Amino acid sequence: MNKHTLSVMVENEPGVLSRVSGLFSGRGFNIYSLNVAPTLEKGVSLMTIVAEGDDQIIEQIVKQLRKLVPTIKVKDLTEVKSVEREMVLIKVNAEDSKRAEILRIVDIFRCKVVDVSTDELTIEVTGDQGKIGALINLLGRFGIKEIARTGNVAMQRSMQMDL
Amino acid sequence: MKLTGAQMLLKCLEMEGVEVMFGFPGGAVIDIYDEIPNSTVEHILVRHEQGAIHAADGYARATGRVGVCLVTSGPGATNTVTGIATAYMDSIPVVIFTGQVPRALIGNDAFQEVDIVGITRSCTKHNYLVQDIEDLAVTIKQAFYLARSGRPGPVLVDLPKDVMQQVAEFRYPESVQMRSYNPTCKPHVGQVRKVMKLLRKAKKPLIYSGGGVITSGSHADLTWLARNLCIPVTSTLMGLGAFPGDDPLFLGMLGMHGTFAANMAVNNCDLLLAVGARFDDRVTGKVDTFAPNATIVHIDVDPTSIQKNVSVHVPLVADCKAALAALRAESEASLDDIDWCADHREWVGQVQDWGREHPLTYKDDDAVIKPQFVVEKIYEITKGDAIIATEVGQNQMWAAQFYKYTRPNTLLTSGGLGTMGYGFPAAMGAQRAFPGKLVIDIAGDGSIQMCIQEMMTVVCNRLPVKIVILNNGYLGMVRQWQELFYRKNYCETCLDAQPDFVKLAEAYGAAGFRVTEKKDVESTLREAFALDKPVIVDIRVAREENVYPMVPAGASLTEMLLV
Repeated sequence: MNKHTLSVMVENEPGVLSRVSGLFSGRGFNIYSLNVAPTLEKGVSLMTIVAEGDDQIIEQIVKQLRKLVPTIKVKDLTEVKSVEREMVLIKVNAEDSKRAEILRIVDIFRCKVVDVSTDELTIEVTGDQGKIGALINLLGRFGIKEIARTGNVAMQRSMQMDL
Repeated sequence: MKLTGAQMLLKCLEMEGVEVMFGFPGGAVIDIYDEIPNSTVEHILVRHEQGAIHAADGYARATGRVGVCLVTSGPGATNTVTGIATAYMDSIPVVIFTGQVPRALIGNDAFQEVDIVGITRSCTKHNYLVQDIEDLAVTIKQAFYLARSGRPGPVLVDLPKDVMQQVAEFRYPESVQMRSYNPTCKPHVGQVRKVMKLLRKAKKPLIYSGGGVITSGSHADLTWLARNLCIPVTSTLMGLGAFPGDDPLFLGMLGMHGTFAANMAVNNCDLLLAVGARFDDRVTGKVDTFAPNATIVHIDVDPTSIQKNVSVHVPLVADCKAALAALRAESEASLDDIDWCADHREWVGQVQDWGREHPLTYKDDDAVIKPQFVVEKIYEITKGDAIIATEVGQNQMWAAQFYKYTRPNTLLTSGGLGTMGYGFPAAMGAQRAFPGKLVIDIAGDGSIQMCIQEMMTVVCNRLPVKIVILNNGYLGMVRQWQELFYRKNYCETCLDAQPDFVKLAEAYGAAGFRVTEKKDVESTLREAFALDKPVIVDIRVAREENVYPMVPAGASLTEMLLV
C-alpha cells in the first residue's frame, strides 16, 4: 500500500467535490488528504488528492476519476518528479521556560509564529511531508494542543529539474 | 422565440426526437403538464414512478433509443431511484426529468423537497440541477448526448418549479461541446493488430459477449467474426440475443447458471475475447480460477471495466462496434490465407461435445407443470419472434436458459441490479415502442407483485402486454439457496397468501387465465397471445423446482451442480 498524489483538474461546478469524494466513499477507497481551489483558467479547479492503495486500486481510482463527466485531466504525480507542499498550523504549549527552545526550532525549520499568548505559540509551517512530520515530532514533547493541516498541494516540476 | 421553461423542455424533447415519455404529475411539475397537450410528445401516465423509469428503460432497451421519464419532486423523484440504479448497472440510456421546489426554497426542507441530485449522484452517469433558464436547453442537449454516447447510462435533470415558469429566448444547440467529456470510441490500431495476432495463434479461442455488443449495435460484426473465424460464443445474461441463440457455435450463457459447455469452454480456452462484458461476479465465479489457461483480451468502451475484476492481458478501449468492425476488416484480409475453421475444428468439436453431454435440461413431469416446459412452449409458440421481459429470480434464469434469443434487443432483463418488479413495466415500455409485436413478461409470483399496479396503465393505453406467471408460491431463487445452502430453512420465502391473479387481471379490465394442468399450457398460452389486450396467465408450476446448472457463489465455474 503506497500513497499516491493525484492532481485532478475539474470543471468548477456545483457538486463536483461531492462527486469526487462520493466516488471514493462509494467504492471503498480511502482519501488521505484532499485539497481544492480554483486555477487561473476560468471555470476550472485543481484538486490534489492523496490516496492510499496498491497499484490495482490506484489504477481504478485514476480511471474512475477520469470517468467522471466534470473531470478534465488526472495525473498521478507519484510517477513524475513533482513538488509537494503542505501548510500546517500548530498550536503548542509554550511556557516561559520552553519558549526559547521552541523558537529555536521554529527558526531551524523556517517556520513562522503567527499567534502568541502567555503560554501558547501558534506556528505556521510549509513544507513536504518529511519536514512537517519531523517538526510535529519535535514539538510533540512540548504538548501540541491543536493542529490544522491543508493536505498536500502538488505540481509537476518544470523541465524535470531537481531544485 | 421566447418560451417558458416548461415550453422549452417540451420543445427540446421534440428536437431530440422523443415520441413518448412515461411520467406522473405533481405540484413541482404542474407547469410542464400544463404544456403537454400542446406538444407532440406523448405522455403515458403510469401508476407509480418506478413504473415510469422501468418503462423508459424497457423502451430504450427494445429500441436502442433514449428513454424518457418525467416525475415530480420529493417522493416522485425518490421513487425512481431503483429504476435509475437498474439502468445505471446495465448501461441503459435514459433521461429522467424530476421536478424540484422553487430555487428560493431549495435547502429549506420545503414540502416535497429532496436533494435528488445528491441522492442519485452515485447511480447516474451524470446529473444536473438547472439553476438558470439560460442553461436549460444546453443542459437537456448535454443530458441526451451523455445518456447515449460512450458507455450509455441514465442522466437526471432536476428542474426547479420557478425555472419552469421563467421566460427566455429559446436556442437549442446543434452540437455538444464538453471539454471534460471525450470517451474513447475508436480502437487503437496497434492493439487491434495485437488481438489479430493472438487470434491467429489461438487453438482454443472463445468469445465472451456482453450487453455492450447489443448497446453498441455490433451484433452483425460479432456474428460475422464468430462464423467466419469459427469461434464458439458464450454470452452474459445481458448479451443474450447479440449472437443467434440457435447457432451451432452458440454455447449459451456462462457463469452461475450457465451451461456446462460454456463454463467448461471458459475453463479450457486459450484465448478469451471479452466484448462489452464486465466480468461480473455472477459470471466469473471464483476469480482466481476463471479462464486459467487463457490470454484475455477485453474490448470495452469504459476503461474502468478493464482490470477491475480480472487481470487482462490485452485491453482494447473502444466502442464495441468500432472495435469489432476493425477486427472484421483485419480478418477479412486473412480469409484467403488461413483456414480458420480447420484450425479450430477440434476445439469447436470439443465444446459441442460438452453441449451434447450435458445439455440444458430438466426432469419433465406429467403430473406437475415444470417452469422450464412453459418457457420452452413460449419459445415454440412465438418461434422466437417476441420481445421477452423478465422479472428477477428463477423465472429470469429459466427465461434466459430455455428461450433462444436470435436477435438483439429482444430480452429485457435487469442483469446488474437484479430488480424485482422490472419486467412488467419494461415490457410496457417495449410494447409502446412496438405496438404490433408480441411482448411477454415472464414473471414470478413474487416479483410481479412489485409493480402490478401498472396493469391499469397497460389497460388504459391499450398495450397488450402478456404476463406469464411461473407461479410456484415461493420467492423461488432465495428458496433454492435456502434449500441448498441453508438447511432448507425456508424463512419468509413462502408466498402462501396470494391474490387471485385472474380476478386481479379482470379487476383492471385485462384478461386472466389460470393453468393447473400440463395439457392446458400450450392451448392457454396460444389463446392468451392471440388476444389483443393485456393478459395475465397464472401457471401453477412445480413448487420446488431448481435452476440448474448452478455454480455455488464463490466456487469455480467447473464446480457445477447439474440436474
